Amino acid sequence: MSVTVRIPQPLRRFTENRDVIELSAGTVGELLEQLERQYPGITERLREPDGQLRRFVNIYVDGEDIRFLSGLATEVRDGTEVSIIPAIAGGSESVLRC
Amino acid sequence: MAQATNTVEAETRSYVTGLRCRLCRAEYPERPVAICEECFGPLEVEYDYAALVRVISRELIASRPPTMWRYRELLPLGVPPRVGAETGYTPLVPAPRLGAALGLKNLYIKNDGVCHPTLSFKDRVVAVSLSKACEFGFDTVGCASTGNLANSVAANAARAGLKAYVFIPEMLEQAKILGTQIYGARVIAIRGTYDDVNRLCSEIVYTLNWGLVNVNLRPFYSEGSKTVGFEIAEQLGWRAPDAVVVPMAGGSLLTKIHKSFAELQHLGLIPPARPRLFGAQARGCNPIVAAIREGSEEIRPVKPRTIAHSLAIGDPADGYFAMRAIRESGGWAEDATDEEIREGIRLLAETEGIFTETAGGVTVAVTKKLAEQGRLSPDETIILTITGNGLKTMEALTASPPITIAPKIAEVERLLREGI
Ligand SMILES: Cc1ncc(COP(=O)(O)O)c(C=O)c1O
Ligand SMILES: [Zn+2]
Repeated sequence: MSVTVRIPQPLRRFTENRDVIELSAGTVGELLEQLERQYPGITERLREPDGQLRRFVNIYVDGEDIRFLSGLATEVRDGTEVSIIPAIAGGSESVLRC
Repeated sequence: MAQATNTVEAETRSYVTGLRCRLCRAEYPERPVAICEECFGPLEVEYDYAALVRVISRELIASRPPTMWRYRELLPLGVPPRVGAETGYTPLVPAPRLGAALGLKNLYIKNDGVCHPTLSFKDRVVAVSLSKACEFGFDTVGCASTGNLANSVAANAARAGLKAYVFIPEMLEQAKILGTQIYGARVIAIRGTYDDVNRLCSEIVYTLNWGLVNVNLRPFYSEGSKTVGFEIAEQLGWRAPDAVVVPMAGGSLLTKIHKSFAELQHLGLIPPARPRLFGAQARGCNPIVAAIREGSEEIRPVKPRTIAHSLAIGDPADGYFAMRAIRESGGWAEDATDEEIREGIRLLAETEGIFTETAGGVTVAVTKKLAEQGRLSPDETIILTITGNGLKTMEALTASPPITIAPKIAEVERLLREGI
């Protein structure tokens, strides 16, 4: 069983610069655990301490955002392509408030 | 102290101190990146307000040409703009007839449907971001767009002599496609929605050395929207309005209008005030409205289905920031059905002689709802931000065939007898 995981450029310093990783897992959540086992520290960038996905990280399973599927419980199987993509946002609660 | 002059060229100093992550506060030098390397949080331009407060004044601003660059100290550009030097300072139009229809006595239209050169507020964000692209040395630029941004990037890139690649969702109005291709830009339609386009573009910037205005140039791009708020305050005689109704796609415009009033107050250019920000979306693409209504902290993405293609972003990049600006300011958000959007377009045209696009129809329809709900009060100073032009979204409406007659006065008299 092998799932293809596409690693975004900002995370490649954890993966010896590899942009594609093959892993086996049954769900996206398990996939992240596998990823962490192979490249310790990487999922700290992706998940909050409580395990939730960070707000500005999106994960796609065969092109579909997992928020439209079952989130981290979304199933993956042989041949599935998973992409991790940091979301673009502009920021901006006023800097003056701090 | 430098003498104030009337040319953009005369003053070239930037007050930007760098970029800062909104989440973890990490600092970065000015460069074409939008995402924090540490936490993936968004980066925001920071200014030296202590220095700014000493140089900026109403008089200095008023002495300058009527363009968005009269507020140049509050924009992230250290050199004269390479494109869009004539952009901005659109009319703030009193709207008594629309106001009467909605029961609002001090209603104004900020009409960016006549922004130079491509008739939407996107000319402001592009003026900043493409000028910045030139400063960074990009020879190829582009964007992910729901249409208006595409038009503006293409036109301004042509003027700057830059090569442009514009990515759009496959479902888009003809005028927005033609109005991009005409400038020589390469238009690439992506099978899917804007959110698919955006996702592709956020991967492109890691593989190609392109300046995508709302991706890797986004911190600079979004600052351009502040000028809508600066102009509203100046045109009201240097004060904030009580309320502003703003259409939301990614949510950046609303967030930046909120910031603009905070900056003006901080710099002592307007008296303290607390303008309420009201967000408007289409019913068929309302993720920010839904979160506000439910009092939720989560913005759940949706699959857009609406005639308001310019607002059809199901996963709004700045949704959380827009939501916070709305809540903190004491505002609210509402949505409009396709039919209400069409009625909104007609109502604005028939009462104030302004033909807006679908996004403007959303704004008018939502203002009507907010007035009915009592969230806007009759005596308040209220601004409706009309951000785009109706000639670009003609598909949303159908023209009725005109009555055709022979060129005879008797024919005209017959029509009048029939009560036409
Ligand atoms: C006409 C018009 N109004 C409003 C918006 C909303 O802008 P934002 O994405 O900053 O919320 C857009 C965005 O594409 C637009 O084209
Ligand atoms: Zn950060």
